[in-house]
Amino acid sequence: MIKELEYPFTLAKIRDLNVGQRVTISGRLFTGRDRFHKYLFDGGKCPVDLKDGAIYHAGPVAIRREGVWVIRVAGPTTSMREEPYMSRIIEQHRVRVIIGKGGMGEMTRKACVKYGCVYLQAIGGAAGLLAESIKEVHGVHLLAEFGAAEALWDLTVKGFSAVVTIDASGKSLHRRIERSSKKALEKILK
Amino acid sequence: MKNGHWEKNLFQLIRRTSVDLPSDVEAVIRRALKKERKGSHAWWVLNAILENVALSRKNDTPICQDTGSLTFYFGVPVGFDTNAIVAHTRAAVAKATRQGYLRQNTIDSVSGASYDTNIGSASPVFIFQQQARKKVDVRLIMKGGGSENMGSQYSLPDVGIHADRDLEGVRRCILDAVWNAQGNGCAPGILGVCIGGDRATGYKHSKEQFLRRLADKSRVKALARLEEKIMKDVFKLGIGPMGLGGKTTLLGIKIDSLSRVPASYFVTISYMCWAFRRRGVLLGPEGGVHRWLY
Repeated sequence: MIKELEYPFTLAKIRDLNVGQRVTISGRLFTGRDRFHKYLFDGGKCPVDLKDGAIYHAGPVAIRREGVWVIRVAGPTTSMREEPYMSRIIEQHRVRVIIGKGGMGEMTRKACVKYGCVYLQAIGGAAGLLAESIKEVHGVHLLAEFGAAEALWDLTVKGFSAVVTIDASGKSLHRRIERSSKKALEKILK
Repeated sequence: MKNGHWEKNLFQLIRRTSVDLPSDVEAVIRRALKKERKGSHAWWVLNAILENVALSRKNDTPICQDTGSLTFYFGVPVGFDTNAIVAHTRAAVAKATRQGYLRQNTIDSVSGASYDTNIGSASPVFIFQQQARKKVDVRLIMKGGGSENMGSQYSLPDVGIHADRDLEGVRRCILDAVWNAQGNGCAPGILGVCIGGDRATGYKHSKEQFLRRLADKSRVKALARLEEKIMKDVFKLGIGPMGLGGKTTLLGIKIDSLSRVPASYFVTISYMCWAFRRRGVLLGPEGGVHRWLY
């Protein structure tokens, strides 16, 4: 069963999600990646209100057509690079949904439990498919500072597809696969 | 060298590479899908990948937003003007960026400034080789940063993973690299491996393995056997597409070797994501298309 999740992502909605559940997201979504996370971590002012919101680790291909921004494609980027910054951002801004690929580490997992947040994995490389669910570009922030790929894009999406891989109770599919594949590897090399 | 058709056709090469996954890669993904349990995460991911491939081909949009680093491999005749073709290629890259076939993906490493055109000191990368034939052989590989970050180089012996200086040691390095990568390189991936060489040539040669078709087997029997064995090993790891579990962790592996000095024994592994963007073209003396490759 695919669960529909709509902005604002309140604590009650988030606590209801479990690892392995597939979801579709609708409503407001902010992109942010390497420089944005470092910027917030260092105390930079956030140009949007992230409370009960979602950060999507992505750097889209965006072009300007007749003065209007068009997101051509936008798939997820590797989330692990934001591991040093993510937990503080969750704590300070009360972001409730992180979307990316590859999963995140212990600090983020613990912050998900403590503050009520989930990590969703989107399909890496499926950039055109995911861009299909972008219905509107409201604006772009920090564009001059960070460039188009690293800017904060303020989007509205509908039916954006992902799977819960770290839930608010602290279960992590990434940790599970890491452990089971380690065991399999040891068996192969015996 | 006059501009002629050069810039136009180099632009077409970039466009095709960005939007159209090679048919041998797509066929292997299709075969992998049949091995996954219906309804599983692996099945869901592979289906979405195939849907995305069809969509980007139809909509003429990049397969992946990370249009990556561009490496051009040129095979050129004797006396060929390489400076001129570098200029034409750069112009084609800038145009492809303006039109949204490439993301603004090039950054000044000190100031952090983003270059609008994707033309930087290491972007795109040019590798030239002189050939006896009259035609110009151009191949392009676009490789995303997520997969590039999963590359690794081992210096053998490596006590940590019990890898000695033999093919069993090489196997241990490769399996270690696959485990470390988990889903982070956008699995199911393709590995290019170089045994030997120095640190720089090792990486260069490991990436050149991506020019081989997926069905290609090493002509060195021991390496062909190793390629086959790794594929069987990896099947049992259970990492799966995007690291969400499943059978398909790799789509292929290509291994080759270079000579080395007695003191060094490097095993260098480059990881390519499933969005394996590789295209090529044979161009005539005026830059006209003789034949598309792959």
